[in-house]
Amino acid sequence: MSVAVTVKEAIEQKLLAAFEPMHCEVINESNNHNVPPGSESHFKVVIVAKAFEGERLIKRHRLVNGALAEELAEKIHALAIHTYTEQEWQAQFGNVPTSPNCLGGSK
Amino acid sequence: MDTIERIKEQISENTILLYMKGSPKLPSCGFSSQASQALISCEEKFAYVDILQNPDIRAELPKYADWPTFPQLWVDGELVGGCDIIMEMFQQGELQTLIKEAAAKSAAAEG
Repeated sequence: MSVAVTVKEAIEQKLLAAFEPMHCEVINESNNHNVPPGSESHFKVVIVAKAFEGERLIKRHRLVNGALAEELAEKIHALAIHTYTEQEWQAQFGNVPTSPNCLGGSK
Repeated sequence: MDTIERIKEQISENTILLYMKGSPKLPSCGFSSQASQALISCEEKFAYVDILQNPDIRAELPKYADWPTFPQLWVDGELVGGCDIIMEMFQQGELQTLIKEAAAKSAAAEG
């Protein structure tokens, strides 16, 4: 029996397979738009991957559009794309701070 | 004239051209709205085509451009990108440079 996946899951799987990203976020933004509740029509993806190094934005977006061609043709109405190389990601957002270790204060 | 010929003519005759939903004054989509606002901020004249009024272009351009969504910004006969690229370039100041240079070049050519 095949497992029914959501559009969001399908997008995530395809991006992970295509880019082996260091970071990948798929956000369903359909609620912000004039569509029925529970829709999967408007998405935003944030991808940090080596594949984007040395490539202009148009090329990067073409790569993402290519990986999601099936979804774009059949399911997605709008796709916002934000692509970063590892260096750009760190320059823009810095390292996410790590939480401190436990010092035993809960006892 | 068939649709692809019309698209080619529009792209070659307009140095700065935005394919969008609605018009810059009355955009029909948030992404088209952002893109046209960024272009307006560059303070150069630009042409636009409302794809909601031109369903044939809406259907054909994504294939011709190999770009699935709107808006689409074309400068000097080349696709620059969609809303996210336009906004990112605008925030980096690259869009302003690109648009100013294209406008200056086109003015010189018309001389």
